Amino acid sequence: MTDCGVVLASAALGCALVLGPPAAVAQPAPVAVTGARILPIVGPPIDNGVLVIGGGRILAVGGPGTPIPPDAARIDAAGRVVMPGLVDTHSHVGGIGGADSSATIQPEVRVSDSINVRDSGFRRVVAGGITTMNIMPGSGHLLSGQTVYVKPRRGSTIEELTILDKDGKPMGGLKMANGTNPLRAPPFSGTRGKSAAMVRERYLKAREYGEKLAKAGDDPEKRPPRDLANDALLEVMSGARAVHHHTHRADDIITVLRLAKEFQWRVVLHHTSEAWKVAPQIAAAGVPVSAIVVDSPGGKLEASEMRWDTGAILEKAGVRVAFHTDDWITDSRLFNRSAALAVRAGMTPEGALRALTIEGARILDLGDRVGSLEPGKDADFLILSGDPLSVYTHVQQTWIDGRKVFDRDDPQDRLHAVGGYGAGNDQSPYFCCFDEQHAYGPVSGGGQ
Amino acid sequence: MNPLCLAAVAACIASQAAAQVAVRGQRVYTMAPGPNGQAAPPISDGVVIIEGGKVRAVGPAATTPVPPGFRVLSAAVVTPGLVDARSTVGLSGIYNQPHDSDQIERSSPLQPELRAIDAYNPQERLIEWVRSFGVTTINTGNAPGELISGQTMAVKTAGATVEEAMLKDATAVVATIGPQAQKGPGGPSATAPPDTSGKSPGTRGKMMSMLREQIIKAQEYSRKRASAPDDKKPERDLKLDALARVLAGELPLMITANRAQDIDSCLRLAEEFKFRLILNSAAEAYLLTDRIRAAQAPVVLHASMQRAVGESENLSFETAAALRRAGVLFAIESGYEAYVPKARVVLLEAAIAAANGLTFEQALASITIDAARIVGVADRVGSIEPGKDGDVALYDGDPFEYTSHCVGVVIGGAVVTDTPR
Repeated sequence: MTDCGVVLASAALGCALVLGPPAAVAQPAPVAVTGARILPIVGPPIDNGVLVIGGGRILAVGGPGTPIPPDAARIDAAGRVVMPGLVDTHSHVGGIGGADSSATIQPEVRVSDSINVRDSGFRRVVAGGITTMNIMPGSGHLLSGQTVYVKPRRGSTIEELTILDKDGKPMGGLKMANGTNPLRAPPFSGTRGKSAAMVRERYLKAREYGEKLAKAGDDPEKRPPRDLANDALLEVMSGARAVHHHTHRADDIITVLRLAKEFQWRVVLHHTSEAWKVAPQIAAAGVPVSAIVVDSPGGKLEASEMRWDTGAILEKAGVRVAFHTDDWITDSRLFNRSAALAVRAGMTPEGALRALTIEGARILDLGDRVGSLEPGKDADFLILSGDPLSVYTHVQQTWIDGRKVFDRDDPQDRLHAVGGYGAGNDQSPYFCCFDEQHAYGPVSGGGQ
Repeated sequence: MNPLCLAAVAACIASQAAAQVAVRGQRVYTMAPGPNGQAAPPISDGVVIIEGGKVRAVGPAATTPVPPGFRVLSAAVVTPGLVDARSTVGLSGIYNQPHDSDQIERSSPLQPELRAIDAYNPQERLIEWVRSFGVTTINTGNAPGELISGQTMAVKTAGATVEEAMLKDATAVVATIGPQAQKGPGGPSATAPPDTSGKSPGTRGKMMSMLREQIIKAQEYSRKRASAPDDKKPERDLKLDALARVLAGELPLMITANRAQDIDSCLRLAEEFKFRLILNSAAEAYLLTDRIRAAQAPVVLHASMQRAVGESENLSFETAAALRRAGVLFAIESGYEAYVPKARVVLLEAAIAAANGLTFEQALASITIDAARIVGVADRVGSIEPGKDGDVALYDGDPFEYTSHCVGVVIGGAVVTDTPR
């Protein structure tokens, strides 16, 4: 075993020596972006500002007098707007497939084992200025698996995109859902009451597993056999892993809060068509909301009360709000639109921009790394043609970790930004079990 | 309610409908034809005088006096009431449940006899939703999804019954080419199992042959109905009646097709049978704009934010601009959505086109006068001109800007919305 490890390590070292350091670990040289109106998000806008990055991090943000290192490459962004890369707290890009139709609760399934990083969806993501995202399995289950937090870097494996915590562990949450999407024939639940009962039963089982583990201590004889599903649920109940909970109707939202209290979930409410009806209760629970803004209410019973002023109402109630694309429900290229339409319905522009950036970062436990332009944070930023809340504004460039990943002047990038022949999907998402019938419009009769 | 009260309510509604309204705008886009075939420039500080449900006058406020007693509405920008050239709202409902989903009948691939008028619910909540953004006319009806799925009609977004809402009871017979119209397993997924259902149509080739057969049948039927002696006349056939109207030039055939080869097939079919073709959705239209222009086929283009999946995977935000450059008459539709959002809003769709190569006025034309022309209702709606219906929309800024609001909607002189959205 030890010998094998040594051999592998040597092989890896040999590779590195032969190939030289791979591009992925090279430290980008300093870059200074000058002349733009900078929206740091955590402070007031800076006109004719300077953003200096180096080593993949932000080195300085300030006014025109900000010192620029002599070796820095300069980008003249006069007339442009510079802001942090956007954080999408709920996306399905990547041809994902989480839980299958065998059961309604599958905590052992990891969406990260299904992602095609070559999916053209990732190119549209960066065209929309999204630099951090939570990729989730679907909502056709009470619990459809583990989500993964990624940066849409250019890479050939999901490992190159995955965000690691300070211990080097992939970051992500757990996707749950209630309301009508997960309701179906057994072994799924058929009513809301049954849904909650099944969830409680499963978490109680995991709690007992946890108690056995604790009791066994270091004695391998006493330890219960390792159970991937229970392991994931224990991570949730210990607070290590957040629950990202699809929920729409007001009573369903309250049910989530009730279960969260019982099992100590660190929960994020997602979509929340009817959050406007129970904003004080959400505020009292201290739970953040990841909201969606779509072009009309309806499409299913639980979204028929969707309103554009959900963001405004939650903001006034003191709830922490982020937006999400739910891509393919809304298009990652137009993520800024969610915030703009929320402003149209009464949200403050400042709050709406925070909901595209820092609030999402906090929801993903990344508030110290992304979501604002501050020295020391990751160099994830956008150069925009104008006001981020205007329909006429285009993302000109997207940078992640100090590297440019999208440039509207590049013909291939532009193809994905506006569409056209060859921009099509490499692979479509698979949402067992509720959403698949809707993915391509009406399903023809016959053999289905 | 006693009869007296009912009469009072009716009188109130009638007076509302016939109200005298003046709409004043810092900029009034009439979309009326200008000197050189282009739309006339906007009127600065303009006013629209509406009386008896019709536009009586429009012009600069300085020279267009508002008669005494008129209710005056004001806004930054005034446009004609918006026209959605292809919708399913009213047949397809907000809840997306069987009881409010009448947009597609699945029992047969050939059903040109299905009228929109028999399935439209004027109380549908989504009608109020699209109206609140300024949409006053929708060409709505049977959705794409069968080889021939039925008909469309043009209605106003006000009225308690379909008759009250009616603008034109039949505007097109609608057809679909592509996997959406396919029977048996298949559809857009390349990994779908092979079709062994024995049902037709199962391929694009079969779709075209079935359409050609059906059209030839209608030709024969028309000929015999017109010329055969009474005892030899074929019996009335609603399907063939509808297609006969297409062949007679009374109704266009609007065909939903997205792949370039399917658009080409539509044009080939129209050339063979000389009917009026409207291309619908047409995601890859940018690949053959010259051919479309040469055929003089108007295009009702997919919603800009239509999902780029399946047959539409190669759609582009810039197709509208490409059609405009080529000189093709086009409109932008809300279309049909199977899921969320249940209804798109043409104002928001045209906005994306305005941000991707169309000028403001070109984008506005695609959801007003050009949409009205394609649907065949430009004599009534689509521009603000004396004699036309008193349908206008009011905005507190650039209507396409995300953060602007629609602050008023007038239909036939009646103020139907005055709360901002």
